[in-house]
Amino acid sequence: MITRVGEWFDQRLQLAAPIREIAEHPVPKSTASWWYVFGSAALVVFLLQLVTGIMLAFVYVPSASEAWNSLQSLNHDVTLGWFIRALHGWGSNFMVAIVLIHMVQVFLFGAYKFPRELTWIIGVFLLLMTLGMAFTGQVLRFDQDAYWGLGIGASIASRVPFLGSAIVKLMLGGPIIAGATLSRFFALHVFVIPGMLIAFVGMHLLLVLKLGINEWPMPGRLVKKATYESEYRELTHKDGAPFVPYAVWKDLFFAAFILLAVAGCAVLFGPFGPTGQPDPTIIQTVPKPDYFFLWLYAVLSFLPPSMETPALLIGPVIVIGALLLLPFLSGEGEKSWRRRPIAVLTILLVAVTLATFTHLAGYTPWSPHMNAWSSDPIPGRFLLRRTALERQGALVFQAKQCHNCHALGRNGGQRGPALDSVALQLTQDQLIRQVIQGGGNMPAYGKNLSPAQTTALVAFLQTLHPAGQAPARDPSRAIALGKSGEN
Amino acid sequence: MMWSDNTISRRALFMKIGILFNGLVATALAIPIVRFLWSPIIRARANGYLSWVSLGSVSQFPEGETRLATFRNPYVTPTDGKTADTACWVRRVEAQQFQIFAINCAHLGCPVRWFPQSGLFMCPCHGGAYYQDGSRASGPPERGLFEYPHTIRDGLILIQAGELPTPGSPTTSLFGKKPPCAA
Repeated sequence: MITRVGEWFDQRLQLAAPIREIAEHPVPKSTASWWYVFGSAALVVFLLQLVTGIMLAFVYVPSASEAWNSLQSLNHDVTLGWFIRALHGWGSNFMVAIVLIHMVQVFLFGAYKFPRELTWIIGVFLLLMTLGMAFTGQVLRFDQDAYWGLGIGASIASRVPFLGSAIVKLMLGGPIIAGATLSRFFALHVFVIPGMLIAFVGMHLLLVLKLGINEWPMPGRLVKKATYESEYRELTHKDGAPFVPYAVWKDLFFAAFILLAVAGCAVLFGPFGPTGQPDPTIIQTVPKPDYFFLWLYAVLSFLPPSMETPALLIGPVIVIGALLLLPFLSGEGEKSWRRRPIAVLTILLVAVTLATFTHLAGYTPWSPHMNAWSSDPIPGRFLLRRTALERQGALVFQAKQCHNCHALGRNGGQRGPALDSVALQLTQDQLIRQVIQGGGNMPAYGKNLSPAQTTALVAFLQTLHPAGQAPARDPSRAIALGKSGEN
Repeated sequence: MMWSDNTISRRALFMKIGILFNGLVATALAIPIVRFLWSPIIRARANGYLSWVSLGSVSQFPEGETRLATFRNPYVTPTDGKTADTACWVRRVEAQQFQIFAINCAHLGCPVRWFPQSGLFMCPCHGGAYYQDGSRASGPPERGLFEYPHTIRDGLILIQAGELPTPGSPTTSLFGKKPPCAA
């Protein structure tokens, strides 16, 4: 009965034969590998995002005044709303990660070389769209992070010469971050980018079918434009096997495993936010982007002011340009990563760099600890057996918020150097100068400290040295001032 | 056969006219579509976009202190909700002399906080710091805090507001010249 219904449909649709042909197209046996599962996994997570995204749209209200409330209602009122939100949020994290891993694998296996240049180029656009989805999705979680994240985006966009202001207004839909902003990011996240993603994923898959999956690279087997296609055809015929079922079972297993992992994270860790209400008059907030943009957040704190605008505007052009040009610059030759040390080193360098910046963004050593002056006391050992003046100095240290940027005994800010042994490095005169004039990225406190406060503060700072090591002294001082100048 | 040749060229001609016709219609439709998409930029030239807004009575800002004030953006749409409210820092230097700073860090727009004890504005995002007069003290900002143009009328302090202050916007000239960097 079922067979007959199937036949009835296929007589009209005539899809069974082409689908079977696609499924059973021969692939090199070497590609039935666990290294070849990331592309299909990315597709499966994308499908999960489509499904969960549509479900969220049943409830979500894309209005600046209501979005936050509708997310609260998803989290707390709607049955399993929290779980769908968590699936979508974790799905997006997994999707970015898998797309990146897929890209690294393709790069290291030389799969971008002739004749698969276009597949790679479309892949680069797919990566950009995935990141675009990640950013616009973060905006739809319309909370404080989203609001100030938009502010950061607008500040970056505004630096484009001549067009900056117009770009900001187009991006925000008006002069400020408000209702129109959320509406247009909703349209981007739900219609524009997904539509492009579906079209590009379709082309990407079509190219994989037309050109065949990249064979396992053998060191010494070079790609030549003249001979590659016939060599590949020979390989798939002599040492090939039908994709289904020979290779597909690993894709299926991995896809199921990834879906399980997303669901596991969703159950264990729950949905992301929303954090505080998007009310710009609440300024007690520490905005932070989602994890895939943390590295950028960290980079922005390290660029010197003069470098920042050029780096922000030219950097992406260079990176995206290099990715797009890659298959044209090295479209032939060695595919195996065993014979491409520079490729391997590039990946390692990029990975270590991104990981380091992401790690740093986790604890933002460049930001003052806004509450250290009132909540992190100076450890007792720095106050034991001190004179009244020195203790008064410790008080100035707290009250003038030095502790927000300088750590003592491992608590306090990390913006400036820890001061546990500052007396070993700076003499009394140098300490006074540093406090009053600032410099080396420290504000000048001259206008904010009375001479008495400065004297007390410096007296305290001079006690900060390990027992048994004498503080730094300027020998000429004693000579110049005579005995009275010595402490 | 001339006749069949003729038919083909006639069909081809009709197809070309059809394409041309569609092209004309598409161009005609493109004009309103582009104008619609462009409207956020065009609207920037309209009246009421940058307006004078009151921060309240002068007397609520004590001399020598810096206080947080809030105002509602002059240009509001019905779905803006809370996002049309904005905060700013009001520094009353002396009797009639004020400085009104945007809440947005001149680096990347995060909300700066005022610390009266150390006389600094500090940014929670990338560690930018400014002196009490808004000039850059340390960190990644390229310039001092943005300042709103202000005036005092009938005992009220008014600022000219309506646009998110960003490092590149042309109205940043409105937001004060770059204060000299302290050494």
